[in-house]
Amino acid sequence: MGCGAVVGGRSLDGVDVTKEAIIQGQVLRSGEPVENAYVRLLDSTGEFTAEVPTDDAGQFRFFAGDGRWTLRTLAPKAETTDRQVVAQVGSVAEVDISV
Amino acid sequence: MSRETALVTADWVEQNLDNDQIVLVEVDEDTTAYDKGHIKGAIKLDWTTDLQDQVRRDFVNKQQFEALLSGRGVGNDHTVVLYGGNNNWFAAYAYWYFKLYGHEDVKLLDGGRKKWELDSRELTEELPNRAATQYTAQEQDHSLRAFRDEVVAAIGAQNLVDVRSPDEYAGRLLAPAHLPQEQAQRAGHIPTASSVPWSKAANDDGTFKSDDELTEIYTEAGVDWDKDTIAYCRIGERSSHTWFVLKELLGQQNVKNYDGSWTEYGSLVGVPVALGDERGEA
Repeated sequence: MGCGAVVGGRSLDGVDVTKEAIIQGQVLRSGEPVENAYVRLLDSTGEFTAEVPTDDAGQFRFFAGDGRWTLRTLAPKAETTDRQVVAQVGSVAEVDISV
Repeated sequence: MSRETALVTADWVEQNLDNDQIVLVEVDEDTTAYDKGHIKGAIKLDWTTDLQDQVRRDFVNKQQFEALLSGRGVGNDHTVVLYGGNNNWFAAYAYWYFKLYGHEDVKLLDGGRKKWELDSRELTEELPNRAATQYTAQEQDHSLRAFRDEVVAAIGAQNLVDVRSPDEYAGRLLAPAHLPQEQAQRAGHIPTASSVPWSKAANDDGTFKSDDELTEIYTEAGVDWDKDTIAYCRIGERSSHTWFVLKELLGQQNVKNYDGSWTEYGSLVGVPVALGDERGEA
């Protein structure tokens, strides 16, 4: 595991975490990873900034900037959920989302 | 062009899965997505290898495009239905690309792969087997494609629509937030460009908003419907999405996509750049 990686999160090998404001985590349903969910990153005004599908392990990652963000998660047969998160360059914000 | 001719629904695609005249084509930013499951019968186009010259920064030429489609079993008389991930960014890019080379009947699956998945519709790993064709492309239609000199000339004269996120527009980010931020080019936007993030045109599930909603969004952002328009983003794929909205859904004439986009413009020597949330002066 590379320097700065977070236990349980996706590997940060090859990523210069000192220059990035990383938001990452996992989407779970009853504790199990959801691999075909979509996580949308909205800025402090609610404006869409980015979206990623979750991978096989239900994981996602964004390279954001300093500030407050919202993670909006869409998954099959689930209600849309919003989670607030604060990101900062040089740190990794780890967020688990239950749907 | 209109919504009725340019866009199809997931239901329509499901009803036409066995129609030989229709070729489903998946194009994703994540070029491995297709291999993990795709709509039955769909072929894959890889935007990095199939649609880009592998040496120069440009598209494959007419002969290469003809060889590509012939080999994949796409004929001139086929209806091509494109879909993909990222809310159809790269599918819209491929749609624009097919139009650039003169393909007659091209459509976009509304909502793309995301809507299909969120609806829990069927995906397969089975690969289709299509007979080769003799595809003939037209010369590139440059009424759809903007190059750097006309972009510089358009400052203060035409509609320039920057479709990146607000933070990229202002220069606070250099790339979409799902990509690492280290880039060579300068940050900011082309002076006088209005900021209309591509995402304003789409619902959360990736489908396009209604024509009335779309018209209002671009009007409010200051798009002058009597002027020609150039859309740009970072590498030309998100701006294809907006090009599709303005040209194909709203029927606006003279809309071009600037595929050089910010990775070219932001690296040019001597051109003006505006920073911050304001449009800037010509």
